[in-house]
Amino acid sequence: MTTVSKSAHDFIAPHLRDIPKSGIRDFFDIVASRKDVISLGIGEPDFQTPWHIREKAIASIERGATRYTSNLGTPELRQALAEYTRRSFGGDYDWKSEILVTVGVSEAFDIAMRAVLSPGDEVLYHEPCFVAYAPIIRMAHGVPVAVDTFRKDDFRLTVAELEKKVTPRTRALLLNFPNNPTGATLDQADTEALADFAIRHDLLVISDEVYSELTYEGGRHSMAAIPRLRDRLILLNGFSKAWSMTGFRLGYACAPAPLTDAMMKIHQYCMMCASSISQTAGLEALKAGDADIAEMRESYHQRRNFIVASLNEMGLDCFMPRGAFYVFPSIQSTGLTSHEFAMRLLNEHSVACVPGSAFGACGAGFLRCAYATGIDQLKEAMERMATFVKSL
Amino acid sequence: MDPLLDLLKKNARESDAVLAKQLATTEQDIRARIAAFESEGVIRGFQAVLNTDRLESTDVRAVIELRIRPEREGGFDRIATRISKFPQVESMFLMSGGYDLLLFVKGKSLQEVANFVSARLAPLDGVLSTATHFMLKTYKDQSVLMESEPHDDRLQVCP
Repeated sequence: MTTVSKSAHDFIAPHLRDIPKSGIRDFFDIVASRKDVISLGIGEPDFQTPWHIREKAIASIERGATRYTSNLGTPELRQALAEYTRRSFGGDYDWKSEILVTVGVSEAFDIAMRAVLSPGDEVLYHEPCFVAYAPIIRMAHGVPVAVDTFRKDDFRLTVAELEKKVTPRTRALLLNFPNNPTGATLDQADTEALADFAIRHDLLVISDEVYSELTYEGGRHSMAAIPRLRDRLILLNGFSKAWSMTGFRLGYACAPAPLTDAMMKIHQYCMMCASSISQTAGLEALKAGDADIAEMRESYHQRRNFIVASLNEMGLDCFMPRGAFYVFPSIQSTGLTSHEFAMRLLNEHSVACVPGSAFGACGAGFLRCAYATGIDQLKEAMERMATFVKSL
Repeated sequence: MDPLLDLLKKNARESDAVLAKQLATTEQDIRARIAAFESEGVIRGFQAVLNTDRLESTDVRAVIELRIRPEREGGFDRIATRISKFPQVESMFLMSGGYDLLLFVKGKSLQEVANFVSARLAPLDGVLSTATHFMLKTYKDQSVLMESEPHDDRLQVCP
């Protein structure tokens, strides 16, 4: 009897093998190989972490507070999070049993999916969206079901589109507003309608609100502020965007005790706890970081005004988003695809933007431009882009 | 603070066109508001922030604490105004605490600053005492760090 031995590739689980590499990753490799590029492709704040927060992290190392913490996170941080969530988002959570501190929102989303999905369960998520959602749902043996959002709705998620995709297998609805990559936000009427939809179809709602502090002109409406949704909501948030703390890797989930318990089971075995140093820094951000947010928000707001005005001026239709630090102009008037436009802009004018199609099929014809970049760089990028558009 | 003043504090050389876009208004409006701030005396001037340590110059700077005797009529203002008019004085503040006036002074040499203190300031009627501290190095001025934080080392593209 002959046996054919497996190659390394064969050991990979089929459901993982089938997940394509991120489209952003390919683009990153091209950009990284070039010099003099102005990148509007960075989904990360340009501000340094405020000094008082960094200083607290240093002090915590000096003090030797570098050990495991409670699996859920330090009591001080969870208490501060409960207070902050109440004050800023209108959500009422018990710090002892309903808040779990995680390694970024990414971990929180991962363990939420693993905690609630059985193989074959469908999860509704809206596109264009952050590139990690569908892969993480698949890794949890779920079935991601994309729901399109459109320019005509300013990329808000509508119940009409959701109704087209909901089935008896649908288990959960994933929301991400303010949205990466479009900057779209929800009004109160939208959040109420989405809550009604979830209740009507008996769905769990997972709301990733990591950009919630970066909203302009009243674009902030949290799902946590809807009491009738409380028993079926997992609220995800983190410190990366609000306080420019991406490298600290600090996020959290707020959910009713049974769901928090379930997520905690995974978290305690695979992660133990979030970094103790990051937790100290996060506590400082919550206690003394309101002014930092106000200052950064004001700056993003001004840059958003600048970039939207500049894009429209050069003939690229761009709606005025009220959240995050992305704008999502249409490049359809140029006759190029998103990918062609982005590649030529990069090759001919050294400006990097991410093709909208990297965020889902309905992102085709659009471009994600992050304005988390200094105004001088933005000015130069807009000039180069205008020259490019004119040359077409 | 008015957001326009905030932006000008960060970069007074920003063009009216860019300021207008950032504040969602017109260039004419920006020009009118700056003119109004100037005529109201809110904006007193526009200057570059220099790292003088990088200049090939032997200029020295000093901080001088002055104790002065207030006058029956006018308090500190009359003598303070007199002192502020010396061109050597770059900045000057009335202070609470152990002394009354804080002066930031510039001179071509240690000797020149020392002479200014002994020949000009100390003999003034009403000056009770002086304490002069020479500055050695500038770390931060006008909210601007003299050494920038490390260059932007973020990944060039990230989700």
